[in-house]
Amino acid sequence: MLPNAPNRLLTSVFISFTRTSRPLRVSTREPNFTEEYRNGVVNGRVAGAGAPAREDPLPEGLRRESMPRHVAVIMDGNRRWARARGLPAASGYEAGLRSLRGVVELCCRWGIRVLTVFAFSSDNWVRPKPNVGVSLTLLIDGCCFVLVGLSKLEVDFLMSLFARALRNEGIIPMFDLGALQAILLLNGNIAYNHDFHASNRRDIRVSLIGDSTKLPKALQKLIESVEETTKNNSRLHLVVAVSYSGQYDIVQACQSIALKVKDALIGPEDINEFLIEKELQTNCAQLSHPDLLIRTSGELRLSNFFLWQLAYTELFFAESHWPDFGEPDFIEALRSFRQRQRWYGGQDP
Amino acid sequence: MDLEMGEDRFFGSSLTILRRFLFRILAVGPIPNHITFIMDGNRRYAKKQNLEQGAGHKAGFPALMSMLKYCYELGVKFITVYAFSIDNFKRRPEEVQYVMDLMQEKIEGLLKEESIVNQYGVRVYFVGNLKLLNEPVRVAAEKAMLATANNTSTLLLICVAYTSSDEIVHSIQNSCQEKWDEMQASKVNGACNGEICKQEKERCAIKLVDLEKHMYMGVAPDPDILIRSSGEMRLSNFLLWQSANCLLYSPSALWPEIGLRHLVWAVLNFQRNHSYLEKKKKHSYLEKKKKQL
Repeated sequence: MLPNAPNRLLTSVFISFTRTSRPLRVSTREPNFTEEYRNGVVNGRVAGAGAPAREDPLPEGLRRESMPRHVAVIMDGNRRWARARGLPAASGYEAGLRSLRGVVELCCRWGIRVLTVFAFSSDNWVRPKPNVGVSLTLLIDGCCFVLVGLSKLEVDFLMSLFARALRNEGIIPMFDLGALQAILLLNGNIAYNHDFHASNRRDIRVSLIGDSTKLPKALQKLIESVEETTKNNSRLHLVVAVSYSGQYDIVQACQSIALKVKDALIGPEDINEFLIEKELQTNCAQLSHPDLLIRTSGELRLSNFFLWQLAYTELFFAESHWPDFGEPDFIEALRSFRQRQRWYGGQDP
Repeated sequence: MDLEMGEDRFFGSSLTILRRFLFRILAVGPIPNHITFIMDGNRRYAKKQNLEQGAGHKAGFPALMSMLKYCYELGVKFITVYAFSIDNFKRRPEEVQYVMDLMQEKIEGLLKEESIVNQYGVRVYFVGNLKLLNEPVRVAAEKAMLATANNTSTLLLICVAYTSSDEIVHSIQNSCQEKWDEMQASKVNGACNGEICKQEKERCAIKLVDLEKHMYMGVAPDPDILIRSSGEMRLSNFLLWQSANCLLYSPSALWPEIGLRHLVWAVLNFQRNHSYLEKKKKHSYLEKKKKQL
């Protein structure tokens, strides 16, 4: 019998793994977790239902020529959403994941080329309290990786996000891994056992930016596989910012430039904005500067996310928490963007 | 006529007393240390009021003086204003010239006896790529910085010929130059065995503190509140590095229409989020120290 708190934490993650897989050995009791979210229904509509057309007609009030090409999102409010419903924080992250699926779907349908999501800042890592006696051990291909000293919620969220790449549902493309087996051990007991197989391609490219060294090796391996396999996809580029800091990005770009100066490849006087752009982690995307940044849950700040890249970005602050952010909220943000007058400091257009 | 003037003076004094009383109440909670303003909407104001072109900027100046007065009365130590962006040089030459002439006139006015600078002991800094300014404005700016260098109560940073990306490029250039010079000096000074070279390499690696040291805005702490008038919600290449954890507020009032109520709203919002932001700042500082960025 597993302890109560870790049980609740893990079950919401396991739900995302278990739809097409073997039955769990762990109890799947989740208090107050609505049926809608179990079935992947988001705001009354089934997320990801049906094969989306390449370019769907836009909702009323939006025009193709005034749509942003790159949207960035700070997915804030998962925990507060859960707390307001008397649910554990893990449920908030699970609901947040479904919300993300919905937004990715909408971006694909409406022709947005790049979507950057701010998963966790480097400021968000929290050491587990000493009395939380849970250790998660991940076995992949017979190799054992122990997740300790890191925030379980964040790791679980990311595991769900990237592991969906290995399954035949969800937001990112799949690829054939054969019989990759992942076994999650909870305090030494087998908690979960899943075989991944591949199908479906949704033509979405996935990249990760940020300091991935803090993530468990298993997750890093997973992310590398996904990035490599999806690098030629072109419908939508999904950039996931994990342990990312805007200031850190500029510092590491500066350090790369300094190495070039040290090796006399360039002089200090050659350093300009274009050189810095090339060295930033966001150079993985063709359009590295977001046109629109959306932050949910009403917080009016940037939280050290994308500083250089936000020079001329239109900012939109939504009141709803991220798990509640759905199509109507996204349309409102896009309508607001359409009304903005952007003249980049120069003449009135 | 005397009676009317007397009534105006009485009314004005009453308002001042009320305002100071309001600030006393606000000061029960935490007061922001550094407030920044993007003075947006002057041209739209001129259009709205059917004023001649450029007159909107002139109309914006009294609003700036009022906001400075309110902030200093409230106890804010650092104020930054975005007066002129490098991008603004793309505007019509007549407008650029008008703004330059206006800036020169107002900078010279700052040094007068009765100006706000002397009233509140304000030290003035002009922040930006001042080489891009025409000579009369640059000379006036340098004179103002020199004349107020001994003021210590409060700081007013005026961003002219400024963009954040230019500031960051400049900071990286200077950091690289400094480290390059240090490396050359250490090569000249000693024989390099493996251990010393490794230590030298680490010392010479550019860190976050090096970049911050070379920022134009390095003379002030990071802002607590960024207020952009006219309802536009974007940074326009202003203080990108420094506004990582800053409260963003964009009232719909055009800059010449901005008033006390907008400042009060911003401060109340700041106070509401203050304890949470302080924790984040502390945590962020510890993370940076650990990473030795």
